[in-house]
Amino acid sequence: MKVAVCVKQIPDPADPGAMNPETKTLKRDVKLILDESDSYGVEMALQLVGEDGEVVLISMVPNNERNGLNNALAMGADSAILVSDDALAGSDALSTAKVLAAAIQRTEPDLVLAATESSDGYTGTVPEQVAELLGLPSVTFAKEVTIDSGNVAVKRQTEDGYDEVDCPLPALVSVTAGVVEPRYPSFKGIMAAKSKPVEELTLADLGIETSTVGWAGGRQEIVSIEPAPEREAGEIIEDEGDGHERIVAFLQEMKVI
Amino acid sequence: MANIWVHAETSGGVVSTITLELLAKARDLGEVTAFHAGADAEQVAAELGAHGATRILTTGDLDNGLPGPALASAVAAKASEESPDAILFGTTYGGRDVAGRLSVKMDAPVITNIVDLLDTDGLTGVEPVFGGTTNVKTRFTGEMPGIFLVRPKSFNAEAAGGDAATVEIMAVPDLGATGLAKVTNRFVEESDGPKLDEAGIVVSGGRGLGEADNFQMIEDLAGKLGGAAGASRAIVDAGWVPYSYQVGQTGKVVKPDVYIAAGISGATQHMVGMKGSKTIIAINKDPEAPIFSIADLGIVGDVHKVLPALLEAIGD
Repeated sequence: MKVAVCVKQIPDPADPGAMNPETKTLKRDVKLILDESDSYGVEMALQLVGEDGEVVLISMVPNNERNGLNNALAMGADSAILVSDDALAGSDALSTAKVLAAAIQRTEPDLVLAATESSDGYTGTVPEQVAELLGLPSVTFAKEVTIDSGNVAVKRQTEDGYDEVDCPLPALVSVTAGVVEPRYPSFKGIMAAKSKPVEELTLADLGIETSTVGWAGGRQEIVSIEPAPEREAGEIIEDEGDGHERIVAFLQEMKVI
Repeated sequence: MANIWVHAETSGGVVSTITLELLAKARDLGEVTAFHAGADAEQVAAELGAHGATRILTTGDLDNGLPGPALASAVAAKASEESPDAILFGTTYGGRDVAGRLSVKMDAPVITNIVDLLDTDGLTGVEPVFGGTTNVKTRFTGEMPGIFLVRPKSFNAEAAGGDAATVEIMAVPDLGATGLAKVTNRFVEESDGPKLDEAGIVVSGGRGLGEADNFQMIEDLAGKLGGAAGASRAIVDAGWVPYSYQVGQTGKVVKPDVYIAAGISGATQHMVGMKGSKTIIAINKDPEAPIFSIADLGIVGDVHKVLPALLEAIGD
């Protein structure tokens, strides 16, 4: 059993930086880390393949960054494909999906896992786009995943509960945060990660025209970036045993109680 | 006049609120076609019509297949004949599935997470970033219809009083392997109170609660106030409560009359989902917590003291 996991390296959400006013994108000159959302997919993959399976990471960046990838390898993934190319800068969701799909195709996995969305871009469409590009069935927003004799069974989050969905492999599944408890890399894992194979590819290696991805491929333009109207802060008080009374008074004023 | 297509999400003859929100905006922009998967198109024709759709394109019953591949294939084929000017989806589980598939079928890019759509020199989406402190406006430059994913609660769902929409069946092309995922069972998680994204009062808890058991105070307070309980992403990720509780960029967008944030510091990811609330009450022990910058009433204090006292003061 081979599982490919899409992982994204992003600026630390605790310190996301700012928009670059010239390129109108998020500044990425900071150190990139593994998107926490993706750690659930990595953990899920490790649990699903068990002892004899294989977990391959799939990632793309414009600048050779490997820090986040190393973290996922240290968790226990076996290898990685990193598509790194200057022309990837500014890629939108569809361009991203085209690159990831081309990289995944090389590994011929039984199952592709992805997070439901990244923590920096949040488009939330990439998994489904990758599935369509690969001609695979997919189940998104999984909160539980089990594999049994060539089938994947998923509990899929819905607006008012969940659906049980059955799907033959190969397939793509996107997992919600919190579905499993991601392991911390052990010291042994961190040391082992250094010698794990990372295949670094360019767009040319994948046969993708640079004009179909990045800025050109997006076919959209950012017209403006403006501060949003601010919400005024109200009254802030220190609780001296009477905090709850202030809340009660507020709720009474709002006619809630 | 522009042709605007809107993803209509329905379940057993009930139209989802986000669909009505999208229709309210779409009818201001042009002639509206709703597209739909399921067996209930005739049942919802009157309501969709009253909200501005003149036509429903439907795949009909999908026999427990997930709607993404089938609806996207059918709509892509139809769109290549009719060239709509824009295709709108709600940011929902189903909406994102269909939009993602459709974008590949049509080789059309998507603009996501928008909260407004401006009709100025081409349709322009407005997306809030950095916890809603910055608005980014984006428009398509290509020839294809633009696909927009709109966040819930962006527009008011008001009826306009039109005639029932006509119903037109779309052919679903052969889906190959993409159509193989099948729903075998559906579970509705019953809750006593109102739904999180429709409640007039929302009480949310975060990491400041200390441990999972303390979330019961949030449930209790929500129950006493006739509201719904919500959560920050931190405690959803930690497994204290299910994903369906999550308020934020990833999760539900709420705009209640009163939002009570207990033990939530106010990460940007959370603030995007609740800063549209009419009033906000925050309880947090850190006076520097970002949540206080948008709170109408902020209590700098320990949730383990304030919440029990509040529960007792409100009584039954």
